[in-house]
Amino acid sequence: MTAAAAPRQDVSGRGGSLLRRFGLPTLGILTMLGYWELHIRLFNVPHYLMPPPSLIAVTLVEEWPTLERNVGTTLIEAVGGFLLGNAVAILLAVLFVHNRPMERTLFPVAVAVRTVPIIAIAPILVLLLGNGYAPKVVIAALISFFPTLVNMVRGLESVEVSALELMRVLSATRTQVFFKLRLPSSLPFLFAALKIATASSVIGAIVAEWIGADTGLGYLIVISTFEFRTGLLYATTAMASFLALALFLAVAVLERLIVRWQPATTRQ
Amino acid sequence: MSPADRSASGSGPAAIRLEEVGMTFPTSSGPLRVLEGVSIAVRPGEFVSLLGPSGCGKSTLLRLIADILAPTDGRITVAGESPETARRRRAFGFVFQDSTLLAWRSALQNVLLPLEISGDAGEGRERARRLLDLVGLTKFESAYPWQLSGGMRQRVAIARALITEPRILLMDEPFGALDEITREYMNLELLRIWQATGTTILFVTHSSPEAVFLADRVVVLGVRPGRVKLDLAVELPRPRDPALKETVEFARHTATLRRALVGETRLE
Repeated sequence: MTAAAAPRQDVSGRGGSLLRRFGLPTLGILTMLGYWELHIRLFNVPHYLMPPPSLIAVTLVEEWPTLERNVGTTLIEAVGGFLLGNAVAILLAVLFVHNRPMERTLFPVAVAVRTVPIIAIAPILVLLLGNGYAPKVVIAALISFFPTLVNMVRGLESVEVSALELMRVLSATRTQVFFKLRLPSSLPFLFAALKIATASSVIGAIVAEWIGADTGLGYLIVISTFEFRTGLLYATTAMASFLALALFLAVAVLERLIVRWQPATTRQ
Repeated sequence: MSPADRSASGSGPAAIRLEEVGMTFPTSSGPLRVLEGVSIAVRPGEFVSLLGPSGCGKSTLLRLIADILAPTDGRITVAGESPETARRRRAFGFVFQDSTLLAWRSALQNVLLPLEISGDAGEGRERARRLLDLVGLTKFESAYPWQLSGGMRQRVAIARALITEPRILLMDEPFGALDEITREYMNLELLRIWQATGTTILFVTHSSPEAVFLADRVVVLGVRPGRVKLDLAVELPRPRDPALKETVEFARHTATLRRALVGETRLE
């Protein structure tokens, strides 16, 4: 086993691996920011059109109380929608795998829901559910639901015939086949979908806030656009991006803790 | 039961008895007759190889005995009982061509799977360790399948099949995917395990040298529909070692099998 793992470690353990892992990405981002700053200063681009990164950084600090107050709302909506949408998707996937007629009945409904543009359905939901958390959570749930459903069904079905035959020979019950075979097999597929869902649930929450809200990052984007506070607009956008990144990292960490059995190479 | 007992006539209760077994699969282009009038009796403690070209239904036959499939005609008894009863009483273990180890379980946890499913994993840990000893994987109990070589994975699969202390071991081309050196080594290991446990083994293979080297008897199946073409008693001394393969006696056995097999492929 160590013999199999050793060459891999050799490759990544060579001198300069730290540089390659963290140095080069940082260099890429710094180059982009540097060019941005320079371009705006050299060509005198008005700051209300596009502020330089330095101004955005200053705004991030100065407006921090405002940003902090609003990011909390969006965080709750996004996480709520993420949990709701993925929970429904996972339950439906389990149902589909065990009940084919159910899949044939409900899958077209799921596809139909998927085809309605989220932007178009948002005002309807705000109309139906009011101005509070509810429509935001539902929209964030709707947008993160479908990829998880499709991936989870695939994951639960990604079981080899011989593994099912093994379970038969061992006289395993349906419940045992599910918990000992299908569910663990599906986890890599599930986590791939959950990672996509982190970013989409933030998008869903922000779009919902555009339609009707008095707090949240989406609300802040609308207000700062109307008031030509471009610095705040960019700072808010950056916050939204950080929020999605934080959720993504949380799911990635969870995956590392749970899905431990894959060789490191397939994860990179 | 030791191999010496196999001379004690076929009048005793057979470990596996097939009487006029036939199998037809429904396909889109009409019914496909895979097996026809197959009668075989395997004595307790006997090592029987089931040899045939691909598509002769030898794997199907093993699945009929293991109650993974049900025969269209004929009667099968395993340890004096119906295949279903034998399966529920864990009278046999099954080793698949691919090891079908669960990727998220360590070697030890994989070996323990049958006991977990039958609900007596409690006292099994020590036995599982002893079986990993027996198959020569003492140091690898906490290794995951991806960390093991093909031969090691197959040895874990054999330990897993033995954990319920079955009287019969059904093996479906277990070494078919291994390279020749590993395969020869695994053949020796299997004979050693067979001597140590006294299990009855029905071993499916498409290699006549392998069939002869391992078995007390080689049953050759013909093609479509598969029926018994030849039932050859292997009169070679035990214990066997690889040098046996260079003897005239060994060559005479394989030549007989080859003629039976060649006759079959001409039919196609």
